Amino acid sequence: MRKWIIAAFVATLIVGCKSTETQAPAPIEEPAPGTTAAAGATTGGAATSGISGTTAGGALSPLKDPKNILFKRTIYFDYDSYVVKDEYRVQIDAHAKYLQTNKPVRVTLQGHTDERGSREYNIALGQKRSDAVKKQMQLLGATDIQIETVSFGKEKPKNDGHDEAAWAENRRVEIIYVGE
Amino acid sequence: MFRFARFLFLLVAFALLAPVPARAQLTIEIIGGAGTTIPIAIVPFENESNWPLGISGVVGADLTRSGLFKLVDYAGIVPRPARAEEVRAGDWRARGADAVAVGTLRAQPDGRVEVRFALVDVVKGAELAVVSYVVTPAQFRATAHKIADVIYEKLTGDVGVFSTRIAYIAKQGPRYQLHVAEADGYNPQTVVTSNEPLLSPAWSPDGTRIAYVSLENKKPVVYIQSLATGQRQALANFRGSNSAPAWAADGRKLAVTLTKDGGSQLFLINADGTAVQRLLSSPGIDTEPNFTPDGRSILFTSDRGGTPQIYRLNLGSNAVERLTFDGSYNVSPRATPDGKGFVFVRRDGGRFQVAIQDYATRQVQVLTSGPLDESPSISPNSKLILYAAEQGGRGILAAVSSDGRVKQRLVAPATDVREPAWGPLPR
Repeated sequence: MRKWIIAAFVATLIVGCKSTETQAPAPIEEPAPGTTAAAGATTGGAATSGISGTTAGGALSPLKDPKNILFKRTIYFDYDSYVVKDEYRVQIDAHAKYLQTNKPVRVTLQGHTDERGSREYNIALGQKRSDAVKKQMQLLGATDIQIETVSFGKEKPKNDGHDEAAWAENRRVEIIYVGE
Repeated sequence: MFRFARFLFLLVAFALLAPVPARAQLTIEIIGGAGTTIPIAIVPFENESNWPLGISGVVGADLTRSGLFKLVDYAGIVPRPARAEEVRAGDWRARGADAVAVGTLRAQPDGRVEVRFALVDVVKGAELAVVSYVVTPAQFRATAHKIADVIYEKLTGDVGVFSTRIAYIAKQGPRYQLHVAEADGYNPQTVVTSNEPLLSPAWSPDGTRIAYVSLENKKPVVYIQSLATGQRQALANFRGSNSAPAWAADGRKLAVTLTKDGGSQLFLINADGTAVQRLLSSPGIDTEPNFTPDGRSILFTSDRGGTPQIYRLNLGSNAVERLTFDGSYNVSPRATPDGKGFVFVRRDGGRFQVAIQDYATRQVQVLTSGPLDESPSISPNSKLILYAAEQGGRGILAAVSSDGRVKQRLVAPATDVREPAWGPLPR
């Protein structure tokens, strides 16, 4: 599936078409008895535009432009903390405004922790981090339905090291635009 | 839509492997023993060398591994006894043995084998047990574990756990597998394979199913999988994160942590995924639920007091009581099956250690030294605690007895092992 989406993006960039099929997640519903792993996962939806299209002038989408603040998708945290530091305010503002302007767009905020401590407690701590970022985004105009918050706890570190520098890199929230 | 459905089908099919033999075998070493051990001689059973698996060897290894027994040399006593009446107590007492186990194997016409063993107390000169099994050679290992259980119970007074299984997660590079092995680490079977993390395996009380958390959908989802068929079902896949499954004693309900209503909170859910019921409301984190053996309470971790501590929820009265007060990080409660207390993980000066606390006295005994110990799981006889540790930058499993004296290390080659879960006693 990933290959298919990458091909679609590339085709878009080359051809300069406006709309690209992306997958909008169906609202996650309670699983019925007997459902398998498929229940609740993002399902194929109607084509929506907005996150990978190009602008009228044919320039790169702001999300894909390394010079645009929307390209920055990571927010870092202090140890044992889920307080969003002031230095990320501008970045979060920008994403919130983008969501506010582009109503069909969906993001997943993934919370992460460093490797220390209980795996399950770290799932919960990572969740507090993603929830804290969501709260800020909502204050700035994004809507609840646009943002799902999840946590990977300590399971998907960016840095496999066992020192302070590695740990600091792993305490983070990643902003993932659905369909990317 | 169809392409995605096919992708999902393949993913599910991949994960639904019926148990297959796993490559990485766990080896268990004893690195610390009990103060006093029971000296016992396990005499090779008559005719056992006619088959490739030496039953008496597995029995001896089981008992040694428990840390409570010391094997006494059997060489040089002739003729070698095979039955209780052939044991000359004086010979064995002279070697320092308190007990002697002897046995015979007799092939039956239908291809099965009668395994007969006897346990003799050579101090009192009494026959403690005589048991006979008729099994196939493929069942020899399981039979040896049963014999070890009988010896353990007769000589210590406690239920043996040699016939139980353990589950754990094995990571090799980007691949995660849930393994189920015999309690001595032998015959690991792969129950789930995934390219995304797996965690929190939890055995159903009857040992037929395992609940676990998978990140294959890019978010934590709780699954329940049947060990016999490999079939699985999503137990909880709500918006947000779904994790920390804990079975109630009747096997019909589980407690889980869900963030669907905002924040990590505790819920009860039927094993078929229906009837989701919120247990508690708190402004912060409530997670890591664990039922007490009497089914009346749930232990859990919460930061409602400012730091992560362990609390107990009384399911009848809904009263919540804080249990840990020492230090600023006490998590991962696991109620001991004997009902006396719970094991947990504490952080002390940056080191994460396994400890045990008694409900009545509130006394805490620190059992391990860390620095990164986690995920304790206690044996069904409350005697041994399996947990995850780190050695040389690699994940290993370790075990410690509930009094802190016996220590074991379980390692698999070229594999990170973590998240152990001790299975129930066989029914």
